This record gives sequence, C-alpha cells and structure tokens, in this order.
Amino acid sequence: MNDRLAVRKTYKLFIGGAFPRSESARSYRVLAHNGDFLANASRASRKDVRDAVTAARAAWPSWSGLTAYNRGQVLYRVAEVMESRRAELIEQVQRAEGDANAGGQVDDAIDTWVWYAGLTDKLAYIAGGLNPVAGPYFNITVPESTGVVGIVAPERPSLAGLVERLAPALCGGNSVVATTSQVHPLVAISAAECFATSDVPPGVVNLLSGHRDELVPVLASHLDVDALDVTGLGEESLADAERAAAGNVKRIVRSQGERSPYEATAFMELKTVWHPMGT
Amino acid sequence: MAQSTVAPQSLVDELGDAVDAVGAEQRAAVLATRSIKRSSKLWALELAIRCCDLTTLEGADTAGKIRALASKAMRPAPTDPSIPHVAALCIYPSLVKVAAEALRGSGVVVASVATAFPSGQAALTTRLSEIEAAVADGAGEIDIVISRGAFLAGRFDDVYDEIIRAKEACGEAHLKVILETGELGSYGAIRRASLIAMAAGADFIKTSTGKISPASTGPVALVMAESIRDYADMTGRAVGLKVAGGIRSSKDAIRYLVIIHETLGEEWLDPGRFRIGASSLLNDLLMQIDKQRSGVYSDPDRYTLD
Amino acid sequence: MTWDYAPAPESTAMVSIDNTYGLYIGGDFVDPASGEYVKTINPATEEVLSAIAQADATDVDRAVEAARAAFEPWSTLPAPDRAKYLFRIARVIQERSRELAVLETMNGGKPIRESRDIDVPLAAAHFFYYAGWADKLEYAFAGRRAEPLGVAAQVIPWNFPLLMLAWKIAPALAAGNTVVLKPAETTPLTALAFASVCDQAGIPPGVVNIITGAGETGAMLVRHPDVDKVAFTGSTEVGKDIQRAIAGSAKHLTLELGGKAANIVFADAALDQAVEGIVNGIFFNQGHVCCAGSRLLVQESAFEQVMAKLKRRLGTLRLGDPLDKNTDIGAINSRAQLDKINSLVETGVDEGAELYQASCDLPDRGFWFPPSVFTGVSQSHRIAQEEIFGPVLSVLTFRTPEEAVEKANNTPYGLSAGVWTEKGSLILWMADRLRAGVVWANTFNRFDPASAFGGYKESGFGREGGPQGLSAYLRLTGP
Repeated sequence: MNDRLAVRKTYKLFIGGAFPRSESARSYRVLAHNGDFLANASRASRKDVRDAVTAARAAWPSWSGLTAYNRGQVLYRVAEVMESRRAELIEQVQRAEGDANAGGQVDDAIDTWVWYAGLTDKLAYIAGGLNPVAGPYFNITVPESTGVVGIVAPERPSLAGLVERLAPALCGGNSVVATTSQVHPLVAISAAECFATSDVPPGVVNLLSGHRDELVPVLASHLDVDALDVTGLGEESLADAERAAAGNVKRIVRSQGERSPYEATAFMELKTVWHPMGT
Repeated sequence: MAQSTVAPQSLVDELGDAVDAVGAEQRAAVLATRSIKRSSKLWALELAIRCCDLTTLEGADTAGKIRALASKAMRPAPTDPSIPHVAALCIYPSLVKVAAEALRGSGVVVASVATAFPSGQAALTTRLSEIEAAVADGAGEIDIVISRGAFLAGRFDDVYDEIIRAKEACGEAHLKVILETGELGSYGAIRRASLIAMAAGADFIKTSTGKISPASTGPVALVMAESIRDYADMTGRAVGLKVAGGIRSSKDAIRYLVIIHETLGEEWLDPGRFRIGASSLLNDLLMQIDKQRSGVYSDPDRYTLD
Repeated sequence: MTWDYAPAPESTAMVSIDNTYGLYIGGDFVDPASGEYVKTINPATEEVLSAIAQADATDVDRAVEAARAAFEPWSTLPAPDRAKYLFRIARVIQERSRELAVLETMNGGKPIRESRDIDVPLAAAHFFYYAGWADKLEYAFAGRRAEPLGVAAQVIPWNFPLLMLAWKIAPALAAGNTVVLKPAETTPLTALAFASVCDQAGIPPGVVNIITGAGETGAMLVRHPDVDKVAFTGSTEVGKDIQRAIAGSAKHLTLELGGKAANIVFADAALDQAVEGIVNGIFFNQGHVCCAGSRLLVQESAFEQVMAKLKRRLGTLRLGDPLDKNTDIGAINSRAQLDKINSLVETGVDEGAELYQASCDLPDRGFWFPPSVFTGVSQSHRIAQEEIFGPVLSVLTFRTPEEAVEKANNTPYGLSAGVWTEKGSLILWMADRLRAGVVWANTFNRFDPASAFGGYKESGFGREGGPQGLSAYLRLTGP
C-alpha cells in the first residue's frame, strides 16, 4: 500500500471563483511544522492583487444585493461543506501548525460560519432603526456593506484566524480580498475549495497566498478597496499599511477577538434615509 | 355637455398635480417670516383694503344689514377720504338687489355666492338658475362652489363640465370658483381642482366658503398661486386668487400678499387678480394704517362696526 | 409705490465681543504662550471683530494636560450628574439663543434666519439629546460594556461653527470623555462664547477646553500623543493628512469630509417643492455645506420645466446683509473661499458650461458671490467633480433611474444624495443604490440629533447623531 506514488496537489490562488497560478508564475515552499516539505504555494504578485480586487468589485453588487436571508443561507452552506471535509482540514491544520488542538480550530472555523450565517438578517435591528426626529419625517438608519474589503489574515491559527475575519465581512454583504497566512497558506486554499463548491458566488471571496510585505502595501493603497482589516498585521507593518490606506480614506478594521455583531458592523456603512410625511 | 373632457386631464398631465405637503408648508412658513418696509407696509395695508371682498353670509342677514355694510364697503373710514373703497361686497343671492341699489356708481362690485352655497348639494339646474337670477339682479361677480362630492368621487369631468355651465350662466359677470380646500384632503387635490377650475374658465379660484375649517391657509394659497402661475405660463391667461375664511388680522393679510408677490409677482398685487374675503379684517387694516401713520397703537372702538 | 422688503436687521445690542480672546484651558481664559493674536472679521463688512489667540505646541500640551487631568473625575462622576450638566448646557444655549445666533452671523456671514432657526436650536437639541444618553449608555449597545475613550481632540470647520461644536462636544461629554476643541480659524467667536456657556452651566474645569489658531494648531492637536480620540470635520485633503498622521497609533478616528452630492429630480416629482429643495440644497448657507446638493440631476423630460421654475425662483432670492431677517443668501465666509469659488467658476466657463447668475447687486464691502447655475455640464467637467463649497449648482440630465444612480455614484465622495419623485417604490430603489450616508427623499438638508449623519467613501467614516454618534466616543467591549 505504501508503495503507491502520491499524487501531489498544486495549491493555487483563488480569484474570481477560479484557481489560477500567480500571473508571475512564482511559487514558494511551504513546510510542515516539523520542517517537512508540504507543497509549493503560489506566490501572488501585485497584479494578482489587482485581479482579485477587480473580481471582488465585480461580484459585490449582486452579493450585497442579495436578501439577508439568502446571504445567511450561503454562509450556512459554507459551514456544511467545511463540516463534510472536517477530517481533512484537521489533518492539514495539524501538519502545518503542529496544533495539538487542530480539531478545535477547525470546529471553531465551522461554527463561526454558522454563527454569522444566523446574523445576516439581525444586523439592521442591532445597528440601525427608526429615528424619532423632531419633525414630520420618516427617518431610518440602516447598515449597508462597505464594498470591497481587504483582509490580512493572521499567521496563526491559519484556518480559524482567516474565517473569523472573513465571515463577519461577508455577513454584511462585502466582497473580500484576503491574504492568507504566509507560512501556513495551504489550509486557506483548501477552504477556498469549500467556497468554490458551496454557493459563494465567484469573486465574493478571493484568497492570495504569498509574501505579505509584497501584498499588503498593494492592498492597503488600492483605491478600489474600501476597508482594510489589519487584525493579522504585526506592529511593525501596521503604521505603513494604515498610512497607505488613507489614500482613499479606507476604513481601518481591527478585531476584538470574539464573535459579535459588532465585528460585522465594523465592515459596514450606515445609511440614513429621510422622507416627509404629509398628505 | 358637449365640451371635450380632454382639456383638464391634459392640463393635469402637462403641469402635474404632485405636491409635497411638508415642503409646501415649509416654504409658506419661511415666507411668513418676511417683513416688509414701513412705507411698503402702508401701501400693502391699503392694497389689502382695495382687494377686500367685504363679506356677510349669515342666515340672519337682512336688507338693513346689507345697506350698512355697503356704506362701510364704499367708505371704510368715513372720516378719512384717503382710505380706498373695498373691491366687492360678498353676499347671498337673495340680497343682491338691495346691495346693487346701495352700491350703485361706487365702484364697489356686488359679489354673490351661488350654486347652493356652501354645500353645492343641489340639482345643477337649480344651481345654474341661481346664478342667472343673481346676475340679473345686479351681481358683477359670482362665487360658486365646486361639487366636492363629484371631485372626491373622482368625477373630475363632471366638476369641469359644471364650472363651464356656471361660466356660461354668468354671462358678463366674473366667475370665482370656490374649491373648499378644507374638504379636498390633500394639497395635490387642491392643485388638481385649481387646474380643472382654470381650464373650465374660472376668472378667480378661491380657497374656501368660510363655513368649514380649515379654511384658507398659507400653504393652500401657495399651492393655488403656483397652479395659477403654471397655468398662466402655459396658456397666457392670468387667473385671480381669492383667499377666504378666518383672515382677521392685517398680519395674516400681509402674509398672503407676500405669498402672492413671491409666487406670482407684482402683477397679481391688484384687486383684478387678488381678493381677500373677510369681514372683521377691514377694521384691523384701518387700525394698522393709523398705527403706521401715527406710531401709536389704536383702540378698536374708534372703528365702525356694521 | 412698489413692493419692497424692509431692511430688518437683527439687533446686535445683546452681543458683546471682547477685544481679545485667550485660550480656554482648564476653565480659564489664558494667554497663548507665543503672545500672538490674529484678527477675526465680519465677512459681510470686513470689520475687525476681535483678536484671537494663536495656540502653539506649548498651549496644545497645556490643553491636553488639562483635559487629561479632568478625565478621571468627569468619567467617574455619577452618570445622572453628567446628564444634568449636559441638560444645563442645552438650556443655557436656549436662553442665550439670540445672542449666539447674532454672533454666529456676524463672524461667519450666514443669514440670521439660518443661525436663528437652524444652527442654534439644533446645537441646543444636540446637547439635550446626548444628555439623555449619558446615564443610559448600557442600553445603547446590546451586549456591550461602554467606557469612555479618554481625551478627545476635535477640529471643526467654519461653515456651522456652533452646530459642529455641538455635534462634537455633546456625544463626547455624554460618553464621559473630556475634550480639546479647535474651532476654525475664521469663525472662533461662538466657540469662545461656548466657553462662557460651560462656565454658566458649571462644567468642571478642564472637561471642555477650546484652543484657537490656524491649521497648524489643529495638526498639533490631533497628533498629540496623549490624545485618545480624534474627530475631524473638514476637507477630504486634510482628513487624509490626519489619517496618515495618526497611522499605527491607538487613536480612534472619525472623519466627516467633503461631498459632491447629487440631487436627483424625476419628471413626476412635486416640482415646486423639488425646486425649493434644489434651492435649499445648494444655496443654504451660501453652499458652504459638505452635504450640499451641488450636482442637480434632472430627468431629461422635465429639464425645461425645472430650469424655468428654478431660474424664476433664483430671481426671488435675496442676497445681502446677513443680519437682515429677510436675507436668503449671506456673505461668503472668507476672501480665500471667495477666491476658490471664483476660480472654479472660471474653470466651469472655460470648460464650456453655460453660466446663469441671478441678477442681484452685491454689496461693496465684504465677500459675496451671486447664486449661480451651470447648465450643459457633464460628469467630466471639473465643476461636476470638485467640491466648490459655494452657491454654485451644476445641472446635468439623465434618462433612466439606472443612469441617475450611475451618475450620482460616479464620484469619490459619498456623503449625501437627494431624490425627488412621487413614486414610493422608486424612492426606495434609489435609496438602496445610492452610495451616500444620507439620502434625502423629497426633502434636502435636514438634520436632527436623533438621526445618524456621515459619509461613505472619501466623505469620511463614523457617524454623528443618534446612538451611532455616541459609539464614536466609546470603547465597547464584551460583557
């Protein structure tokens, strides 16, 4: 049985619902926690960031235009698909990170999808409402998606860390370009296969593996990215990223490290609509 | 009625009958804060007198009451010849003869309400013959009410046709069409009724009978003035506006003049195009004129009550 | 005899302006370290009103120190007492409303009708609204514990000096923060009068500090290392500078920046009210309004009708003495702003747009610009893209709702938008698609303390007003 020559998997980027190699045709070696070679991952380039943003922007109108109920169903479907590949994901996390609690991490990721799947149609209640203005006006404030969100996923936990940032961003109707963990990118690409085989529309999630110091400045400065999640960024590169983000007044988002509606609303705008009441 | 029914509908289609209530009320409220120059104020107060349709529409009206009011209409301030006479004396049809006699040669016109005022709820033939009788008795102006029943039931063509018939019955007399805006339910309906009345030939459109509340208000006058303006722009015909009901103070009268001035322009600041239907207003106008002239606040007992 | 409106100037008798104003730090007016004062004028007359202290780095340090010292006692005050202090401020503003309105108009050039009926009453209303939140913070955000951030640095613009102060200070104090506020260089007087409002209300020293100066003072203030929260209202350019300057720090930031709002009129709209909305949208406060409806998008089939009504209405606008109760259009806030408006209007003419200006006499002294409308404008004109911040409207046309949305959203800004139609479903469809923080449907330029206000995209982030405006001054943590 052990004589069989393994078929090695090629890990590619996830852009616009497809799995392309980096346009730069570069890759980098990904090692297991014990130093064994695991696979080559695509090393995304500036142009891959650009392509991913283009895909995210194109996907955003229809994704944000879905009913909250529908979006909740899509997120729940992601949980179902990940659950079905639970064992494989646990093994990947374990090999990559040497995480003794790899099962816990994968369960956490799956449960995060379920949690936010149930939040989509509660956001308007939590963050908005009817405003009692002093005049003959109907006046409401409602949360809306910001648009294209850039996410820098933390290095570890490489799956749960990514999902905990993706899910709240998607929950509110944003599309996402995320950089994966640089050192442990493979499980993120496996997660992308879950997105691709569930009902997430192409372009709503785009994942780029590669060198952060190449990718983050491009993402942070891109004028068609509306918000930047810096949760996974180290102190050393935070200021540079935030400075670059000011070019188009990006919203800077930081996680408070828990599941909460406020993690989702941090990726959202508030729109207030006025209308007179009269005969 | 042979008259085509396309005309009022196409007018409404062309000019629209959409009015936003809150916006109209806000505009009227801003105009109400305008303050006019002192010299202009005297002129405005006198203008208000010249535009006044001095009115009595009571079951208790008698020939004696009408004669007394006629002399007030001709000489509002008996001791002050500089005060002009009012535009018209507005009364019930049964008293037109008395009024015409009393006002002969004065320049004050007899205006008669007609068409089963104030409800308008009588057979068309009855209403038309009432107009004819009042004109025959000497009325120079006829104030009719539209059929609010027909209007609210959506029978706009009937409203239009009836006004055309009334206009015919008036002959040479001027026709003022009372919309009774307080019963129409919305500003949009007021604009629609204004357009229908003008399309049917009204010389004036008028807010109210004065018999129901709310009567004339700033926003109502504004919406009607805007309708008149749009109609004049489109057809070239200038229709007058009469506000009536609950207008008692000079301040109110001047507020209407501001609305007219800002919406229709100076050409409408004339009894030929603007009227105020009122009774107690006249003495307040006189009192304010004296105050403007002397700088001293006056006393109501110095003004005649007829 | 003709019809004429009287000059009806509001009396300035109840306003007393000192010859010089120091910096309000720690509950006292103090001299600036530099000893430098700069004149502030009435833009309608160019008369000098007073001389204003210029705060330098030393003064900024002192003000932040005073705010820091006051933070602990203020934030630990029983919440109902904090509420009572804010109610007191609201009441004192109401009691001194005419004085504040006249002062605002004298220093900023806005018509007294607006300062009297809008700016000052709304400022009082903001304090009244947030007063009520001060002792109810635990109910504002479900499942969150709310704590104040600390010292807030607040920099406000010259277009609504007292109102912007209220938008900034009321939620900050309600949440338990202390503040250092810098009013705009050209309009410091109502902020300085507010210092005496705080004294009258018995606000503890250091809770509110007001420092005056030019842009550099504001720049030093927002960068100060002991500031926890920065709130800025002003231009997008300066907003970006601030965002860059505090990058990587732990400072919380909210920005309310520029705009280039589309005011969209469909052919079926109530046109007379729409015209009022267009006029109010662009000529309110001389167009010195970040959410001004500066791009009018008219459905092509109604273009002639709307323009005819608009031009006629322009003819009735009264420009002149801002203190006159009949004035609709007051003075441009400063010579610098007038120069900017002139230059952008020239650009519009050079680019081939057709300029219509209401014929009105401009006073000899002071800074004035007549109500102006450009037609024949396309999206690629600079006047359709750049914020003019003056009484200048650019008119474009559209054919379908899709086209209207596309044009409205075709800007880096996203503060506000207007929609005029009688069709309810179309309003909701449009409101859903317009990328703007505030959508006024069949109305324009309405504000209320209970209603969140703020921008999308480069118009900034964070909201002012409502519970959302409160969250900008709180640290919300898990239960």
